[in-house]
Amino acid sequence: MSAQGIGARVARKEDKRFITGAGQYTDDVYERQMSAAVFVRSPHAHAKITSVDTSAALEMPGVIDVILGQDIQDAGIGNLICGWGIQSKDGTPMKMAPYNVMDPAVVRYVGQPVAMVIAETRAEAVDAAEAVVVEYEEQPALTDFGNYAAGPVVHPGTADDNLICDWQLGDEAATDAAFAGAAHVVEMDIRNNRLIPNAMEPRSAVAHYNRAEDHTTLWTTSQNPHVARLVMSAFYNVAPEHKLRVIAPDVGGGFGSKIYIYPEEIAACYAAKRVGRPVKWTADRTEAFMTDAHGRDHITKAKMAFDADHRIVGFKVDTIANLGAYMSLFSSATPTYLYATLLSGQYNIANIYANVKLVYSHTTPVDAYRGAGRPEATYVVERMMETAARQFGLSPVELRRKNFIKDFPHQTPVLMNYDPSDFHGLMDTALKTIDFDGYPARKAESERRGMLRGIGFSSYIEACGIAPSQAVGSLGAGVGLWESAEIRVNPVGTVEVLTGTHSHGQSHETTFAQIVSDRFGVPIDNVSILHGDTDKVQFGMGTYGSRSGPVGGSAIYKALDKVEAKAKALAAHLMEADAGDIEIENGELKVAGTDKKLAWHEVCLAAYTAHNLPEGMEPGLKETSFYDPSNFTFPAGTFICEVEVDPGTGVTRIVNFVAVDDFGIIINPMVVEGQVHGGLAQGIGQALLEGCVYDDEGQLLTASYMDYAMPRADDLPSFGLDHLEIRNPSNPLGVKGCGEAGAIGAPPAVINAITDAIGTNALEMPATPERVWRAIQSTQTAMAAE
Amino acid sequence: MADVKLTVNGRKIAKTVPDRTLLVTLLRDEIGLTGTHVGCDTSQCGACTVHIDGNAVKSCTVLAAQVSGAEVVTIEGLAKGDTLHPMQEAFRTHHGLQCGFCTPGMIMMGVDIVNRHPEGLDEETIRKELEGNICRCTGYHNIVKAIGAAAEEMSSGTTQMAAE
Repeated sequence: MSAQGIGARVARKEDKRFITGAGQYTDDVYERQMSAAVFVRSPHAHAKITSVDTSAALEMPGVIDVILGQDIQDAGIGNLICGWGIQSKDGTPMKMAPYNVMDPAVVRYVGQPVAMVIAETRAEAVDAAEAVVVEYEEQPALTDFGNYAAGPVVHPGTADDNLICDWQLGDEAATDAAFAGAAHVVEMDIRNNRLIPNAMEPRSAVAHYNRAEDHTTLWTTSQNPHVARLVMSAFYNVAPEHKLRVIAPDVGGGFGSKIYIYPEEIAACYAAKRVGRPVKWTADRTEAFMTDAHGRDHITKAKMAFDADHRIVGFKVDTIANLGAYMSLFSSATPTYLYATLLSGQYNIANIYANVKLVYSHTTPVDAYRGAGRPEATYVVERMMETAARQFGLSPVELRRKNFIKDFPHQTPVLMNYDPSDFHGLMDTALKTIDFDGYPARKAESERRGMLRGIGFSSYIEACGIAPSQAVGSLGAGVGLWESAEIRVNPVGTVEVLTGTHSHGQSHETTFAQIVSDRFGVPIDNVSILHGDTDKVQFGMGTYGSRSGPVGGSAIYKALDKVEAKAKALAAHLMEADAGDIEIENGELKVAGTDKKLAWHEVCLAAYTAHNLPEGMEPGLKETSFYDPSNFTFPAGTFICEVEVDPGTGVTRIVNFVAVDDFGIIINPMVVEGQVHGGLAQGIGQALLEGCVYDDEGQLLTASYMDYAMPRADDLPSFGLDHLEIRNPSNPLGVKGCGEAGAIGAPPAVINAITDAIGTNALEMPATPERVWRAIQSTQTAMAAE
Repeated sequence: MADVKLTVNGRKIAKTVPDRTLLVTLLRDEIGLTGTHVGCDTSQCGACTVHIDGNAVKSCTVLAAQVSGAEVVTIEGLAKGDTLHPMQEAFRTHHGLQCGFCTPGMIMMGVDIVNRHPEGLDEETIRKELEGNICRCTGYHNIVKAIGAAAEEMSSGTTQMAAE
């Protein structure tokens, strides 16, 4: 390896432009003659549109056009789709209702677009949007999705009981039998609160139509520009793929919310063609709150069966998952195959059965948000383990240890086949890092100050690196989930890597360059990473599910194998040696056991001059790989959270937070730690602060930073991190993925800590001071009554 | 329409803009300084923070006309040529940024925090002072470290200058 290779803590190459204001985000794209788009949006959660009058708006200063849903339908631009087909337990397919770009007749959530105003400037478009007169006939709305069957109906004719799919996984009869013979059964009602992703860069689109070439260029805030192009071409009829270029330049965070293809960018492409000028649309923050796909929102009943020795013998989970008003792109997979498949956690559980009911409601569509299904699974499993330990009078550490999986590979009853990790080792390290032995003294010290101190655990496992194409195909995915890489070595020895993944904070420009540096000894400054442009990169599935390292990185690795083989063959020819004797060291190709050597750039140049190539070798040094993983990857870890609760106010302060993870081989520890920090902040945010609130009429009450509690710097502690590096055998880099772990593991650690402090198991997220205070009062009332 | 004359990053600017034009709109749309970002519409995220006459101000909350005559520094004007400001350098060294969107505002605010605390900064103070800047990527851990490190660097720089 080189000094900047795999494992090196090097500063990021991409930082220079971001710290000097030279980043290029979609809203920073300014085209000549560019116009501005603003959407008229529904103020109602459910209403019939009886009329739209655009005449006043069209007379306003600067207005170019007003586009209605019917215009888009008439242009043949099709409905949005959910790209993962699942079936109910009776074999019937999920009930996917039509999802118009702008439904001309009915609105089904607050913020649904109704009309698009195009004007010279954004301010003029905003003014004119207010002058569009829409008459609505209001209808009652469904927000209480736990009572989905009671109505009102979101999509009559498609799902008259609002049930999209009644899905199951596992063996129900065997699980019931395990419960029948169990010594203990622990039951819980668990709610996973609805979240709004809030990437700091609002979604944006700039569409440019070239009439002479009949070609559209779309700059957009996407985590997966090729998927956007594919879907817009194959399903939405925006333009054929070779006439559509999608560029996702610098993207300011995604967290899942920028995977999906939304109505606005489709409308922008249509508008650019119609008005004959480039069109820019950028969401304001309230639009982001109303229209970015939301996350989580589960209601669950869970029960776990134990034998007399407190070993888990069965686990049964019933979940209702709210998908909102329409099925977003991967909405069916998130609460099913990304959720129930992780219900075995880190534990040896022979029998698991999960039933998930996916339902419609009159709310914003819900889809994958950082962790996607796995935080929901971890929350159920880890709340259950802590609660069971309390009921048994065991230490939560002991109960977990008693049930940890020790032998790998381990096949769970819910599809997953775990690769090796060390769950006991992760727990050991976490206990040491937090100084668990010192906890009683810290607790006593808190109590002396009149504060309640609690400690909570979370031992999570997740499935990343999504995923083997054949496996996901058999489960209903509409796409394959391989990744591609192209390595272009220039004649001077510098290297360009084109990847189908997309970096919107993940540091690919640095870590992928480290993979190249590790192989050839070239400095990372001599390696460029290109991504996010369908005209440059051959193809790719994008970035989500912590897949960029395990899948995208492995594609780079495989392409490097091919470059290395060719470079060695050429070097061997030039030095009259055998290719098998060539070694690459410190940027030189050497004949082993001799002093013969060529510099890396000399070999690269020779490939391009082509004056002296081996028989049959083509000139140039450029290789491609399409890598399809053989399995998911399974990062795992133990988090321990220590809180101090003020019993007078219910205010919780996190005083100590430790995360010990196994991410496999680590390419850049600094980057990995940063990913964990960010994930933890989102997980702690879910546990303490964040909650999306709709009222009974479907009004979104948390649609600004005044109302939705984002984690601020003084809500969070500094974190204590450590790692075990257990190589993943299923990909050549040995990596497992680190992007989502923090958000997956943190919420149960926090809630377990608070409930430990206040002495009750019942506490909903977010654990606001009011909720914690009320929980303390109810415990004291219960104690007084005893 | 309003006639606005101001200095931005040392350059004299004269523009005639609609009265309601915000400073951030002037910077981005009229002057082409797109390093200043807009992340919300309630003046809470801080991505648009710039310096007006040496003080950190959210440029989405100020009319361009209000700052006529003022001296504005944006993220593009913080480095001296190729020499980065210690706050920029610290954000890079300490991995205080990921997607980069909140970063310009964080850096401009970071400089302001250090300037307002000549007595030095502890972690708690930095965290409290950052209440008007939201980051979704970093969990603030490394931003807090970066500002702390830059504060030390900036104060040693000041000492050095004073000694010269």
